[in-house]
Amino acid sequence: MRSPLGVAGALFAVALLFSGPSRAEDVAEQLSARPATPAAAQKSSGLKGGTADHSKFEALKGPFADGSEVTKACLSCHTEAGKHFMKSIHWTWDYTNPKTGQKLGKHNVINNFCTNARGNEGMCAQCHAGYGWKDDTFDFTNQNNIDCLVCHDTTATYYRLPNSRGHDACGVMFEGKKPIDLPKVAQHVGLPGRQNCGTCHYNGGGGDGVKHGDLDSSLNAPSKAVDVHMSPDGGNFACTNCHVSDKHIVSGSRYDMIAKDDKGPGAPGSRRDVATCESCHSAKPHDKPSLIGYQLDTHAERIACQTCHIPKIARGGVATMVDWDWSTAGKMIDGKGYALEEYKQGNGQERHTYWTIKGDFKWNENFAPTYKWFDGRMMYTTIDTKIDDSEQPVAINAVMGGPADPKARIWPFKEMHTRIPWDPKNKSLVYNHLWGKDDTAYWGNFDMLKSVAAGMKIENRPFSGELGFLPTVSNWPITHMVAPKTDAVKCGECHTEKSRLAGLPGVYMPAHSSVRWLDLLGYAMLAATLGGIVLHSLARIVMGKKKTHGEV
Amino acid sequence: MTDLSMAAGTPPVKTKRAVMIYSRYERFWHWSQAILIFVLAMSGFAVHGSLPFVKFGTAVTIHSWAAIALIVLWIFTTFWHFTTGQWRQYLPQLSGLPAVIRFYAWGILTGAPHPYSKTLRRKQNALQSLAYLFFMVLIGPALWSTGIVYLAYPLWANWAIGTIGLPAVAFLHTAAAFLMVTFVIIHVYMTTTGKTVTHYVKTMITGYDAIELTAAEAAYLEEEKSGLLKK
Repeated sequence: MRSPLGVAGALFAVALLFSGPSRAEDVAEQLSARPATPAAAQKSSGLKGGTADHSKFEALKGPFADGSEVTKACLSCHTEAGKHFMKSIHWTWDYTNPKTGQKLGKHNVINNFCTNARGNEGMCAQCHAGYGWKDDTFDFTNQNNIDCLVCHDTTATYYRLPNSRGHDACGVMFEGKKPIDLPKVAQHVGLPGRQNCGTCHYNGGGGDGVKHGDLDSSLNAPSKAVDVHMSPDGGNFACTNCHVSDKHIVSGSRYDMIAKDDKGPGAPGSRRDVATCESCHSAKPHDKPSLIGYQLDTHAERIACQTCHIPKIARGGVATMVDWDWSTAGKMIDGKGYALEEYKQGNGQERHTYWTIKGDFKWNENFAPTYKWFDGRMMYTTIDTKIDDSEQPVAINAVMGGPADPKARIWPFKEMHTRIPWDPKNKSLVYNHLWGKDDTAYWGNFDMLKSVAAGMKIENRPFSGELGFLPTVSNWPITHMVAPKTDAVKCGECHTEKSRLAGLPGVYMPAHSSVRWLDLLGYAMLAATLGGIVLHSLARIVMGKKKTHGEV
Repeated sequence: MTDLSMAAGTPPVKTKRAVMIYSRYERFWHWSQAILIFVLAMSGFAVHGSLPFVKFGTAVTIHSWAAIALIVLWIFTTFWHFTTGQWRQYLPQLSGLPAVIRFYAWGILTGAPHPYSKTLRRKQNALQSLAYLFFMVLIGPALWSTGIVYLAYPLWANWAIGTIGLPAVAFLHTAAAFLMVTFVIIHVYMTTTGKTVTHYVKTMITGYDAIELTAAEAAYLEEEKSGLLKK
């Protein structure tokens, strides 16, 4: 069994707080039911096997007091790994986009799920690949703070807990977990499998599949129909097979995407450190010689591979969240928080439709994404943005690019619509202090005016004292869950009146687009012609005279 | 070129004979073109979205291949027209036009004789040759030129980014297609205006029609081209 125990565990433990112990047992059962796929069997960008058996290393015999001691042991051989890793976004949570100059990364952005990691590190930094980040005192220069195991454990017994305890009421959350056998885990390290990455990336936004729509636990052992690359019956790719890395810098970050890759696979034998489809499949991958093949290659100039080859998202039986209303959070029954589970997803699991700590949720699965022109740039609404709320929903990350830009292509996105807390007077987003062992943290006190005021104060941000809820939309580029080619979007799903791409600017699609007056004129001409013929033949019949003209 | 039937002076004595006026290649060309145009129209309007029951990808494939076949056919036929001199059949003869128009508008109803007789040298009446000329120098080229540009979109797609290139080509192609369908409908209806409703169609299938021959023509055909005369 491999499980995203860290985040999911924490969240379900919160659920346990509100909905009784049976919940957590259900979840544990559900997680253990997932079929195992050994990470070693997964394909990882050309790397195979290895030259060392970690169980034979003296340094890994233990005992280890904590994960940090394991890291020390790892670094005693992998002397440069710490230095390398500290440059990675998995460590810094800080990223400046070279194209837009915006400061991004989890430490900086505000999303429209749990809104801000900043100020909530005690909880959110469960997904920071380090030990103990709970506030500003965390030492980003100490290599022993790196968590090697969350990515490299192959035993599926390693898990992470929140870095701080949170509100007293949440104390029960992480009790009763089986302690980790650190020497065993340390001796069974390997290349990251899908489950390793999935520990955090499946569970973004607070649970399985919540955030992305194309990343959820169904990818641990997907059928070929769900993901042709990751399926054990297909390519059985580990994430790193496409997200190749160099010195622990992993390619293919959503913060700086390549919307159109003209370079393709690159020179023979070379490796391009990008995660684009084209880096394996080339920019002209369709079957040729074939009329349709040439046309499809031309389509690929303006349409991302994903647009046709990921016909629907959240196909693996795990739903994704599409709507969240923070304004309804905090409702109590008999002075106690509660949760409703009125959505049953494909795999039978029920999902929250209301939760006191978060508000109302809507889910969807196996649905067509939304299509937008995209040139690889996204402009984020950050804590520094003076928001123009005249047009709602406000884009948390506006997708840039248009039809006149040769670098832009039409991409699929999952749209997430959320009403998030904001400061309507200062016209700015706010930091919400959700997690903490104090009387302001929302999760425990349920006073959002107080928690937002505290969140802003922690970061020395101005807050007017007025709290509103702003309709926002975030755009999650879709790139996983590539279907077998026979399941790709059919021509007629766009080339039709009710086109998937209806409404996109600058797109001429035969069978969808036409010049209306030309059609009207043309059909009028045909009708007049036929009408004239009918009249003429009627006249011929009525006049009824046998023709005796020139012909014999 | 002299039209014998209209030659000045004493009209020569004429006899009606069944003569092969549409050669084997001409009939092959006509009917294969007819089939291709029908296929192109159906698949084309499917591509245009007017026939939603046809799968778009299938329609595109059929339309593209049929277009290529028609272009090849037209290349051969253009060659044929010039090597055989048959291109002259399409030279407009405006002087005879009003009479023919009058006939189809009125005379055909009252049983008046057709103002025009097929001859060995001139198979088409004035209106016919004008219509075919219109077909061959206007509608046809408008379709194949825009069609080839459309089909070759992969070659100029990048150049056309941000322009109305593709919509403009599609507009012209669609406009020409409407004209073509109109032409075909009228053309098909006109085939019913012969001696019998199917007479002209039969002629186009067998190649033979009754032609008034002068004594000289008849003698020439008997002597030199007896194969063209129906025994």
